[in-house]
Amino acid sequence: MVDMRYLPLTQTDRQAMLATIGAASVDDLFVDVPESARLNGPIHGLPPHASELAVERHMTALARKNVVAGEVPFFLGAGAYRHHVPASVDHIIQRGEFLTAYTPYQPEIAQGTLQVMFEFQSQVARLLGCDVANASMYDGSTACWEAISMARRLTKRGKAILSGGVHPHYVSVAKTMAKFTGDQLVTALPTLSATPDTNDLIAQIDGDTSCVVVQYPDILGRIEDMTALADACHAKKALLIAVVTEPVALGAIRSPGEMGADIVVGEGQSLGVGLQFGGPYVGLFACSEKLVRQMPGRLCGETVDAEGKRGFVLTLSTREQHIRREKATSNICTSSVLCALAMSAHMTLLGEAGLRQLAAINHAQASAAADRLAQIPGVELVTPTFFNEFTLKLPVEARPVVRALADRDILAGVSLGRLYPDAEVLANGLVVAVTETTTAEDVETLASALQEVLA
Amino acid sequence: MSTINQSGWRPTAPEKGEGNTDTFTGNRALMLDEALIFEIGSNETTGVDFAEVPAGTSRLGNLARTAPINLPGLSEPEAVRHYTRLSRQNYAIDLGLFPLGSCTMKHNPRLNERMARLPGFADIHPLAPVDTVQGAFEVIHQLAHWLVTLTGMHSVAMSPKAGAHGELCGVLAIRAALDAKGQQARKVILVPESAHGTNPATAAFAGFTVEDIPATAAGRVDLDALKARLGPDIAGVMITNPNTCGLFEPDLKAISDAVHEAGGYVYCDGANFNAIVGRVRPGDLGVDAMHINLHKTFSTPHGGGGPGSGPVVFSEALTPYAPLPFVEQQGDQFVLVEEETAGEHHAGSFGRMVAFHGQMGMFTRALTYILSHGADGLRQVAEDSVLNANYILRSMEDVLDAPFAGTGPCMHEAIFSDKNLAEGFSTLDIAKGLIDEGYHPMTVYFPLVVHGAMLVEPTETESKATLDQFIGAFRSVAARAKNGEPALKSAPHHAPRRRLDETLAARKPVLAYKDAPKAQAAE
Repeated sequence: MVDMRYLPLTQTDRQAMLATIGAASVDDLFVDVPESARLNGPIHGLPPHASELAVERHMTALARKNVVAGEVPFFLGAGAYRHHVPASVDHIIQRGEFLTAYTPYQPEIAQGTLQVMFEFQSQVARLLGCDVANASMYDGSTACWEAISMARRLTKRGKAILSGGVHPHYVSVAKTMAKFTGDQLVTALPTLSATPDTNDLIAQIDGDTSCVVVQYPDILGRIEDMTALADACHAKKALLIAVVTEPVALGAIRSPGEMGADIVVGEGQSLGVGLQFGGPYVGLFACSEKLVRQMPGRLCGETVDAEGKRGFVLTLSTREQHIRREKATSNICTSSVLCALAMSAHMTLLGEAGLRQLAAINHAQASAAADRLAQIPGVELVTPTFFNEFTLKLPVEARPVVRALADRDILAGVSLGRLYPDAEVLANGLVVAVTETTTAEDVETLASALQEVLA
Repeated sequence: MSTINQSGWRPTAPEKGEGNTDTFTGNRALMLDEALIFEIGSNETTGVDFAEVPAGTSRLGNLARTAPINLPGLSEPEAVRHYTRLSRQNYAIDLGLFPLGSCTMKHNPRLNERMARLPGFADIHPLAPVDTVQGAFEVIHQLAHWLVTLTGMHSVAMSPKAGAHGELCGVLAIRAALDAKGQQARKVILVPESAHGTNPATAAFAGFTVEDIPATAAGRVDLDALKARLGPDIAGVMITNPNTCGLFEPDLKAISDAVHEAGGYVYCDGANFNAIVGRVRPGDLGVDAMHINLHKTFSTPHGGGGPGSGPVVFSEALTPYAPLPFVEQQGDQFVLVEEETAGEHHAGSFGRMVAFHGQMGMFTRALTYILSHGADGLRQVAEDSVLNANYILRSMEDVLDAPFAGTGPCMHEAIFSDKNLAEGFSTLDIAKGLIDEGYHPMTVYFPLVVHGAMLVEPTETESKATLDQFIGAFRSVAARAKNGEPALKSAPHHAPRRRLDETLAARKPVLAYKDAPKAQAAE
């Protein structure tokens, strides 16, 4: 028997409880486990329980081996963005009543989480320009696939056309899933050009097309009006799905919903969540009200209690697996509520005025950085329109340049060689993100180091 | 010189008062209602200060936003108060016993939170050059090592984002393995009726047909019936062990052997691994794939419904089909095996399931948890969780029907049915009565194989005194349901809300806040 700080039972308690149960020892409670399946020795190689101090030392030593984004000039984006998260956001999500609650199955004692979900859904719907949003998905990449899947259910067609501007990991996830569902995916690589592949997409839409998927801003940072694309989709009764991986952008640019996108999905990480090496993040999923019964994921709705007071409950659960089992719209059983709370609280702290200001600062600083970096001999700005992320074409392959700059403690951006290792035509591309956390000195440090490395 | 105290203060004693106790605000002292941000915030208010926008040329083309988003803002004090008030309308583990069966609501150690927030883990980018994030890969590698060791399996896929996502990972690996062997005709997955709803939903998503496996009267998989169904169309089985009735499946090894012999694979739903961690290794039972809910067994916070994390351990047979990406140690370096580097020895991988590398924030917490408990502590976790559940089972079986209590001990959760309640009284009434007693109810109406099921999982992080008080309350509420006490039908009476109208919510869905018409006109 072990005395360990997370285990409240004392040896006396255990003996008294065994007596109540009528068992001689704890082993008697494991009688259903066949002798041959019992692990009687200790777990191989795992040391005994350890103090907080000892574990903290171990973990801190591992953390120290990483280069912290906030301690160096940092320009990485490509689906995960470093923004300043207000101190109160982390305080709020560490309230035990939020942190250690479960999915709100008992609404009378879960109105806190439920109201947060309702507010989150409302904020996300407004930000993405749609009627309704769900209470969140695992992340942007899984939300993107779920949208393709939903379009198939709605149109009863199996061909999805994905723009080359969609994040390659998102495309990769969709390809994996489509192998098993039989969906046909039409995909393309991005090109190092000023504008995305909208005209190619329009030309490919036909009577078998369930949806067209575009990213906005796209993987190279480009932004383009999607109104004509939406019209072309609708003319063929296909749906337009827009993917947003940088929601801060929507403080400065028109929303996809406003331009006619039928389903808007995205990654909410850049508001409130932080980088966290890729997860947990928060997937966004929004659409028009008439499509909601084919929407995947948790939904919170308004209702009243027995005394007529406003309250919130999980609703439309007949779409979900715990009711519908194999006929469910998705096998998804959870969402990312704590991250949704972080995002929602950050949006509440910003408000309309704050988000617009934040977006304006991001854009202005990114524009200034693009101008500065494009002055370097041989470096060309590929993307004339962008929000806070743009693509440079270097005179040499970008990946070794990123590597060389990392040796100077500069995290210079994401090379297209990392994202598209087999595409030689993209190898010189470098995607650079600039946010409110990037200083003018950071840009200058990058510019002079890049110039030296290229020289 | 002293002045006369004219305040009128004197020590008071409670006095009897009568009449209406309604309040002007509708609040009841510490029970505070809170309006929506859309009702208290405004587009002009912000809780974040920024520098001025630097001057520069716009590169937004014709896309600059013109229409307002209508996102209400709050100042920091208002925002902190808004969320703090909301938080107090939630039940949580931090407030008390949360015996939600199958969900494993155990204490969330705060060291785990602190470790996940170390800048070296929290402030690193998933696409940072791999040699600048070696410590992050080492965390993933160490956790992977312990998950493989604890389960006795061959490998682990770390990227799945939650339990159901892990199930999908395991089932897709089975499909990929069968396809690689040219066995496309194997299309049937057998799933017990007691399974989580995610099991059949997952199997159906992967293109399988789902068939039920019957259960024995003792609540276990019927081995003979299962064997009789095996054949060339069977892709595999999905079995939860311990199962959703809280019982160990003693025939799992025999099931695995039979399924393997018939050419299928065994998926184990690892939702209840916390009952056997350190005592039983699924690998020894012939399992080919099993997801591990890090938010259950390894106590990463549930957060009101995610984020979860669902790594999947694989047998040697399924390892070649595991998803990308994964971390490999090469000498003293950790490398990330992605699409580009998969090479020949990972050519069978069924592909990528998520952007980036999985739930890093959960990995740091789970590794912290494993190292804190150590070999002896983890084993004690399983033992105490099983001891606590059996204590509740034996303390309740004289007042509530416990359908499997006669077959022997339970594992980490105890199951009861609604048999013998008064006419018109149900499991739901008992659940709502427990809310008034200050508890989150147990899981209700699941698993589907027990009528009016009540699935009680106390977990190992509860003291005997806490269990004794809960048992007292549970017995009292059960007695009221058996006696048909009318007030129980309208419980809860003391929660922030009375029973809510779920029918109305589904019939006329209101899923987003709509500004009042007047407010819209003002914009």
